[in-house]
Amino acid sequence: MSAVMPEPTWVALGPIDSIPRLGARVLRRDGGDIAIFRTTDDQVFALLNRCPHKGGPLSEGIVYGRTVACPLHNWCLDLATGQAKAPDEGCAPSFPVRVEDGHVLVSLTPGAD
Amino acid sequence: MQKEKLVLIGNGMAGMRTIEELLRLEPALYDITVFGAEPHPNYNRILLSPVLSGEKTIDEIMLNTRAWYDEHGITLHTGDPVTDIDRKRRIVKSRSGRELPYDRLLLATGSYPFMVPVPGVDLPGVMGYRDIADVDAMIAAARAHQQAVVIGGGLLGLEAAYGLQQQGMDVTVVHLLDTLMERQLDKPAAALLQASLESRGLRFLMQAQTAAIEGTDRVERVRFKDGSAVPADLVVMAVGIRPNIALAQAAGLYCERGIVVDDTMLTYDPRIYAIGECVQHRGQCYGLVAPLFEQAKVCANHLARLGYGRYQGSVTSTKLKVTGIDLFSAGNYQGGEGCEEILFQDPGAGVYKKLVIRDNKLDGAVLYGDTIDGAWFFQLMRQGTDISGLRENLLFGQAHLGDAGHGGQTQAAAMSDDMQVCDCNGVCKGEIVRAITSKGLFTLDDVKLHTKAAASCGSCTGLVEQLLASTLGSDYSAPEAKPLCKCTDYTHDQVRAAIREQHLTSIGAVLQALDWREPDGCHVCRPALNYYLLSAWPNETRDDGQSRFINERAHANIQKDGTYSVIPRIFGGETSPQQLRAIADAADKYQVRTVKITGGQRIDLLGLTKEQLPHIWKDLTDAGFVSGHAYGKALRTVKTCVGSEWCRFGVQNSTKMGIELEELTWGSWTPHKFKMAVSGCPRNCAEATIKDFGVVAIESGWELHVGGNGGVKVRATDVLCRVETPEQVKEYCGAFMQVYREEARYLERTAPWVERVGIAYVKKRVVEDEVGRKALYKRFLESQKLAQVDPWKERATGAEAHEFTSLRQVNA
Repeated sequence: MSAVMPEPTWVALGPIDSIPRLGARVLRRDGGDIAIFRTTDDQVFALLNRCPHKGGPLSEGIVYGRTVACPLHNWCLDLATGQAKAPDEGCAPSFPVRVEDGHVLVSLTPGAD
Repeated sequence: MQKEKLVLIGNGMAGMRTIEELLRLEPALYDITVFGAEPHPNYNRILLSPVLSGEKTIDEIMLNTRAWYDEHGITLHTGDPVTDIDRKRRIVKSRSGRELPYDRLLLATGSYPFMVPVPGVDLPGVMGYRDIADVDAMIAAARAHQQAVVIGGGLLGLEAAYGLQQQGMDVTVVHLLDTLMERQLDKPAAALLQASLESRGLRFLMQAQTAAIEGTDRVERVRFKDGSAVPADLVVMAVGIRPNIALAQAAGLYCERGIVVDDTMLTYDPRIYAIGECVQHRGQCYGLVAPLFEQAKVCANHLARLGYGRYQGSVTSTKLKVTGIDLFSAGNYQGGEGCEEILFQDPGAGVYKKLVIRDNKLDGAVLYGDTIDGAWFFQLMRQGTDISGLRENLLFGQAHLGDAGHGGQTQAAAMSDDMQVCDCNGVCKGEIVRAITSKGLFTLDDVKLHTKAAASCGSCTGLVEQLLASTLGSDYSAPEAKPLCKCTDYTHDQVRAAIREQHLTSIGAVLQALDWREPDGCHVCRPALNYYLLSAWPNETRDDGQSRFINERAHANIQKDGTYSVIPRIFGGETSPQQLRAIADAADKYQVRTVKITGGQRIDLLGLTKEQLPHIWKDLTDAGFVSGHAYGKALRTVKTCVGSEWCRFGVQNSTKMGIELEELTWGSWTPHKFKMAVSGCPRNCAEATIKDFGVVAIESGWELHVGGNGGVKVRATDVLCRVETPEQVKEYCGAFMQVYREEARYLERTAPWVERVGIAYVKKRVVEDEVGRKALYKRFLESQKLAQVDPWKERATGAEAHEFTSLRQVNA
């Protein structure tokens, strides 16, 4: 980890409607793909697309509320924090996301927590 | 806004179970106060007998500690019984002078032991058997005295007698009738039980009517009507229990034998609910714990203002908690008019089994000496399964029904503590039993949560339920119908009925109409709802891709590294050089890493990225292939042998039959995957007898088989019938699939479904009822018109493009 926090670089991902409600799309990236989720009420979240359990692609899971169920073994992760629901333990790194004028932007610097 | 006040009178199992269920539904709706007459927090009353016999300690049977009450913001007053309910002012008063207003009141006052009204019943040393204080008194008496008399040869009396004997006393059991446990056992079983208990040193005085209990400062003897007497330093009355209704009666609530409640557990006062052994529901009072738990669930549902739970009475079963004696009894164990009995007796080995059958259904059971199948019989009773197809082997249990493989339910009792029960999560029998007793678990869900056993593939569910049954005895009963998921209390069948009756055509409509607890549902219920909607209203429901598991959404099988595999359909398993070339070309072009022949006679192309899928599908569909649906809860494959075209033994053209069946059924969605096979002669090379629908050619036509499975738990098919023509095979096949599609629960394979409803029922629908069969077949063909659109071709030509492309690619 570097001593100086880099300025967040925001990457534009296009209109929010390109992500299905209760679904996800993927941002391909050398440093690991990022899954971009959209909830029923149009909130958008971003997690590293790797389940902390066995690396399953979270973008392919079923989304409900603020949760995604990993497609490989049904671990359920909180979309905002990436934390696995008890009794499972683990965390997928999350990334800051914002929506401006109906367009989604994600920062490639993982969230502070 | 101030919270409503809920007061619970009675800190026992029924009342506290209701509170726990309520907290699960609505954790913050009420300010809750609990009054208990005993000085302890909530404990597991049904484990008092093991405490008395010294096999458990008091601490081991505590259910909720004081800290638990604090954590949940519940005020607990122990050792302080409520003495008065003022229904006008809505206030309860306790013995210590507490006065507390309530908005809702829950009565769970339980029962008290009935003391036979004979002279001397109030002498020191004469007691009932009900609570921790009684157990303490009995253990103390055992230290100072030698002679014990237990009056009452029922379940409780025998457990008390055994416990006192374990504490070192000489015990005589006095019983009014000539058979022990006459409310659970018939005469032969009771005789075996008596002989076995006598050989352990208990004495019995049968048909003995107690006239008086005599003594000066303390009980000295029990005298009988015929003038004889037995010496006694301790007398335990265990002749029955009576609902504790004094408080309710004093408050003017309507009572008969118990406090009368309706199907929502509401008393005649709309602010007051009652639950447990103190209530009378539809004329019945219950003294076992399993019904209380069912009542608790319903009562909590109404306290949480959900308003749809309904208690309709319970079928109960009993198991005697005397170590080393295996005894099980359930339902109508006596038989009688309109009943048939199946009997097995081996007095030498001490085994007796009796099953009572009425209208082809199991109505009751008594098992002595070998109770391994008790849980299974009980399940058949509660589900009302038609047993005419199992009849010949029924008495010998589930292990004798061709149920090889794990053979689940019959092993639990014989297992040692270090044997593994859950092979997925590595959980041993000992861990599960310890968790059940130390954490006070009662349900399969509890065990799953605390131990992870049965929480993955579920194949050990039967074993875990058996462990619950053998650990808890009479206090466990497998829930008849489980809620669909944690978002609702409705069962699969109830949800399905609502979809039909209320004409619900979208997931949103179901969630709203049935008050789902989670606004979006969850990963368990949404796929089920999507299926139920499609099956009920195929023309009106929009298939919701976001509620499908990834394999069905992407029409390929996800692999552990996140790549996908693709299996083109090869009808009946018969291919051609052109087809093989097309597959080989596609495999080359997309650099497929592994090409594999599957168990169902198809070719699997593994290691494709999601982005590649529409492209390889384009190539494959151009060559004439359609999707193989190897990823779906759908018709998978029809496996065939070469049949009469080539084989010197073949009697019919099985390959052609298989191709026609696959052409008829491909594309159909089913509750779980559905596999078929057609064999050209009874040698059955296509293994049709472990398929969901199997066809075996015979000289005169075709023999049809259903309900087979070759997976975790092998099950051979049941024979459905014999037919003559390929047209008939197709009609029966379509009709069978349609009943399965309309009536089986989501993720229920045909094997457990056929076991649940009984092969006789399936025959009735598909074979005997010709009009019904044709109607089923028609509905099947109708829904196939919409289903046989190749999803690969659609996607190869641009449908659902967002599913197969990324949003963006960055170098970072």
